[in-house]
Amino acid sequence: MSSPIPPTLIDLQHLRLDDARALLAHARQDSHPQPGEAPLHYLQRLIDGLSELSLKDPLTGLGNRRYLHAALERAIETVARSGDAVLLLLIDIDHFKHINDAHGHLAGDQVLQAVANRLALCVRPMDMVARYGGEEFALLLPNCRPACGRAVADRVRAAIESLRIEVAPSTQLQVTVSIGGAYAPEWVRSTTELWIERADLQLYRAKHNGRNQVMLELPQQISVSAEEKGLLFSHLPLPVPEAAGQLPDAAPENAGTPIPRVIA
Amino acid sequence: MNDVVTPPATQQDTGLKAGSVPLKPHGKVIAVTSGKGGVGKTFVSANLAAALAKRGHKVLVLDADLGLANLDVVLNLHPKITLHDVFTGKAKLEDAILQAPGGFSVVLAGSGMVEYSRLTPEVRDEFLRIMSSLVPNFDVVLLDTGAGISDVVLFAVSLASEVLMVATPEPTSLTDAYATIKVLVGQQQRQAVRVLVNQAARAGAGQAITHQLQQVLDRFVVTDPDRPIRLIHMGDIPIDPEVRQAIMRRQLMMQTTPGCPAGQAITQLAIKLEESVIPARA
Repeated sequence: MSSPIPPTLIDLQHLRLDDARALLAHARQDSHPQPGEAPLHYLQRLIDGLSELSLKDPLTGLGNRRYLHAALERAIETVARSGDAVLLLLIDIDHFKHINDAHGHLAGDQVLQAVANRLALCVRPMDMVARYGGEEFALLLPNCRPACGRAVADRVRAAIESLRIEVAPSTQLQVTVSIGGAYAPEWVRSTTELWIERADLQLYRAKHNGRNQVMLELPQQISVSAEEKGLLFSHLPLPVPEAAGQLPDAAPENAGTPIPRVIA
Repeated sequence: MNDVVTPPATQQDTGLKAGSVPLKPHGKVIAVTSGKGGVGKTFVSANLAAALAKRGHKVLVLDADLGLANLDVVLNLHPKITLHDVFTGKAKLEDAILQAPGGFSVVLAGSGMVEYSRLTPEVRDEFLRIMSSLVPNFDVVLLDTGAGISDVVLFAVSLASEVLMVATPEPTSLTDAYATIKVLVGQQQRQAVRVLVNQAARAGAGQAITHQLQQVLDRFVVTDPDRPIRLIHMGDIPIDPEVRQAIMRRQLMMQTTPGCPAGQAITQLAIKLEESVIPARA
């Protein structure tokens, strides 16, 4: 392995940086060396800027598909170790083609931007919003308990429905979205593909059920409640002091304690 | 119609529903699984295979715990060719079938399978392909699966016609077994799960535990009235020093001390399976 090149040996004249500079300038980022800036520092800044661009959707400023996949990978790793509840929502604008056909592609772009801005406002700082495809967006919600998932998704749906998007003077558009969602399986290392596939299946159901609605995959019932444990272990002998030495041979069935009856 | 109309993910459905696997099994596929690790799944798989082989059945044990395999350790095998080589196209499936010391066949996963511990569609397809070419050649195929409720475990179990849930009387093992059975009922619409209690301290422990599990399921797990879930107690393996001895010596208990209490219990289990699920030899 060679040692790092001393900063002074980089001659920017030998590098073809025009495309990179143009890309960054287009994204309104400072693309020229500061007076006195070391070439190595400048190059690092250029690379950082390009890396950031590579994860962004240029139209809406949201994370792009690449960004989403990286975030999902990270979430899967976290969930496999922590068992946290992480919800993925796929959000698709209903009848988007009609908007493009009736009002033009510029109007379509304005709708995408308005929806993106609204989605970004809907979420908490730890959540992640991305543009997944044409008119499809994704929300990744860490620490979203299964009991809350539907309410959150429905709030997002209602927020978009309440938007009035001005695409031309005196032309306001209203759009709706269909939302499909799936939780990362807890304690389990799954794949991003399977996770997206599961959320996509729910989105498909929401579309076919008439659009402008939310469909969530029911979370796996893998938790065991205190009531269930109570009944499960009711046959076990009660703990005895260690000094007593011997365990009773068997405890009478359901020894004394009433069993809570919980039926949904 | 510009809306995203993705066809429903039928592939995943096939992967998770019992009975929909395109297998025409000549033999029976039995998944040996557990809610928690370390309860003796691999020990049971290997020794049950030996007991069944001794009784004249053609048995295969398949390491379905992709990447976290211990069968090689229990059987003291050092395979040159594993499932990993089959997955990567380096070897033919026939060459990965080894003769285990107990008179049965075994296919090991190999340590390289760790990277396949994520259930991608390719892994599913390849696994299905391997299963459908293996099963017709045996009377019984035992799937030594991983513990718990991962995608891989649920998929492996979905390939089996019978589930043998191994649990110990410890509360943690029982809780995890119960949670796993709940998922099997919910996701795969399983109606019968066979329960084997390992490390039973006293006679009748397993029967009581199975009864208790059944009670909790009946009360808390809502099933279709026409499809109730039924647990079948398949026996107890008593605590027996010979088990530990065999494991430490890396020998098969059914070969060294088949007459010990644990060995007798395994033979009883083989007989019970013979009576209930294994088709008579043609």
